[in-house]
Amino acid sequence: MTERLTATTAPYTIGIPPFRPGEDADFGGAFKEQPGDLWRPDPATCTSDDTAPHARGLLRVLNDKGEAKGEWDPKLNSNELIQGLEYMMRLRIFDDRMIKMQRTGKLSFYMRSFGEEAVAIAQTMALENQDWIFPSYRQPGAQFVRERDMVSMICHCIGNTEDNVRGRQMPVHYTYKEGRFISISSPVGTQFSQAVGVAMASAYQKKDEVCISWLGDGTSAQGDYHYALNFASTFKPPVILNVVNNQWAISTHANLATGGRTFAERGLAYDIPSFRVDGNDFLALYSITKWARDRASAGMGPTHIEVYTYRAGAHSSSDDPSAYRPNDEASCWPGGDPIQRLKDHLMLIGEWDEEKHEALAQKIDDEVMAAYKEACEFGDLASGPYPPASTIFTEVYETVPWHIQEQREELGK
Amino acid sequence: MADMNMIKSLNSALSIALKEDPNVVIFGEDVGYFGGVFRVTEGLQNEYGPHRVFDSPLAEGGIAAIAMGMGLNGLRPVAEIQFADYIFPAYDQIVNEIAKLRHRSGGEFWSPVTIRTPAGGGIKGGHHHSQSPESQFTHTPGLKVVYCSNPYNAKGLLLASIECNDPVIFFEPKRCYRGPFYGDPHNVPTWSGHPDADVPEDHYIVPLEQARIVREGSACTVIAYGTMVHVAEQAIKDSGIDCELVDLQTLVPWDRDTVVNSVKKTGRCVIVHEAPKTSGFGAEMSASVQERCFYHLEAPIQRVTGWDTPFPHTTEWDYLPSPQRIAEAIKKTQEE
Repeated sequence: MTERLTATTAPYTIGIPPFRPGEDADFGGAFKEQPGDLWRPDPATCTSDDTAPHARGLLRVLNDKGEAKGEWDPKLNSNELIQGLEYMMRLRIFDDRMIKMQRTGKLSFYMRSFGEEAVAIAQTMALENQDWIFPSYRQPGAQFVRERDMVSMICHCIGNTEDNVRGRQMPVHYTYKEGRFISISSPVGTQFSQAVGVAMASAYQKKDEVCISWLGDGTSAQGDYHYALNFASTFKPPVILNVVNNQWAISTHANLATGGRTFAERGLAYDIPSFRVDGNDFLALYSITKWARDRASAGMGPTHIEVYTYRAGAHSSSDDPSAYRPNDEASCWPGGDPIQRLKDHLMLIGEWDEEKHEALAQKIDDEVMAAYKEACEFGDLASGPYPPASTIFTEVYETVPWHIQEQREELGK
Repeated sequence: MADMNMIKSLNSALSIALKEDPNVVIFGEDVGYFGGVFRVTEGLQNEYGPHRVFDSPLAEGGIAAIAMGMGLNGLRPVAEIQFADYIFPAYDQIVNEIAKLRHRSGGEFWSPVTIRTPAGGGIKGGHHHSQSPESQFTHTPGLKVVYCSNPYNAKGLLLASIECNDPVIFFEPKRCYRGPFYGDPHNVPTWSGHPDADVPEDHYIVPLEQARIVREGSACTVIAYGTMVHVAEQAIKDSGIDCELVDLQTLVPWDRDTVVNSVKKTGRCVIVHEAPKTSGFGAEMSASVQERCFYHLEAPIQRVTGWDTPFPHTTEWDYLPSPQRIAEAIKKTQEE
């Protein structure tokens, strides 16, 4: 792992990121950790102590040549691998189109998952359809796995008449109940501790369900992160708690976010099996999540995962990373690019080629553009139509109370 | 019917909720084996099991968060925050999350959480065991806010809150757990024999959004809730003025018709609460009464409240509205 750097220790310690604009981004080449370094304990009997090496190491399946190695290889068939690649490509192409729409004033705001496409997609693919997804804003890709229609997603981002949350939330704050994808909210980390409650309710009702949630390295400083780990440790519900360490919380590098060692290791103190996984390795992510689900399903409770990755894009459409990090930092990341790595693997095993890749990319792009055009039929940002103003007053409560009804009448719409 | 104090009637409500709905779960600090620091959940864990009534780790933010998660996944959680003064670590979860879930998700998700919390002064609790933070929540769209005042309405309002599909913040005036409080700390009766302590043992509800006319009168409307209902009752007696006393019971949504009709009848209004004056719920009541009853008002509306200071320890009787202060305010409304 990259050691924490400090600028000064007096009068107190201030962390610094590895590189600033103008400096060479050099992470020292490839990861030294290799697939096969870490054994795969039995999920039904594993203790948190068994995972101490996993919390300090880096769980990988795909090596730098694109080969799948070691006992964590989930042995997915080629259809599953191609499906995973397709979802990741879809998310990236969708994001690229949407950020262009934002830049041309057609969306008020946008956030890409660039560089982190594997996270929600591999992890959701490893779960069952009845499992609950409690995302932060960088896991919209789970919706593709749960087969959400892109038109519906874009209608939400525009905030038009077909936005299922009726123009109430900023773009990317999706809700998708049919896919058990729980409403995203802007205050960071709140979903993490709520996910423990969701999982407790599943356990209480004796349902074979798990709840998965994510937050970022920066957000892991919030109380909600620690509430979640402590409540999960205390009640041992079927929950999978992921810290997506993408190095950056807007402009604040992980080195400034904690004086601790790996984020994964924190889970050991709560007696929760904890793993640090290569977040750009689709197979490793799939495998650890499947392991965590098997453990939860066996009644053994929570798993804590640090997803070690890199935020290749800006935090959001309102952010400019060139002000705080070298522009080429993403391309120097030892974990590479998650889509490229799965593509390389598929090509290596003879299941994929450039021609198929380009054809698929084109097909997806055409579908995204068609979906965008269809979504605009329900209203665009500049001229609407938007949801009726009456939706300001509805669903605040189950029924509209008198004081809100009076205010609606005052607006006269 | 049985003679119950407020602790017993709240316990009865919780027991009925647990019995009638298998999805009701109760948790909070010390509420399980011990039965709560005020004994409101006494015996419930023994009767309904450790998975339905349990002690949580000492983290109000975590308590509110798991309540929201449980509620959106089919349960009907009743969480206790041990003192209302300690609700603030849960404030983000309540205000940004629990209150907003239904609206922000277009009605796809909602969480019928009830948060019970003892509030108010008069127990020598100093600043951090005496506050009455209701207006911090009445200012939050998406929450219903309830404040009981006696054993009868405590039980009926709590059952209505638990059965409500909206989140409810349920304030319990801890000064009145074991008896009504008439403003004299040297003479504190128990609930025994009080008409409002005659509580049905079976299920009943007191509907949310309904105020209660404690005493009919013609000269002035006194609006109060919680402990101040009893203090105001004493003040009315002391003043010798024929006041109508309204116990709001539910602050959001408050009972417009009862309040407005009363003030239109009496032409005068005094509002009493123990929370600080500035931006207190009395400000909302005063503004609303003025908007709706201006041409019926014969005198300026009076507010009798706690001071805009932190709540004190040994000097709390000079902080809380007393019968004397309330009586003076009532008399003032008669001078115009």
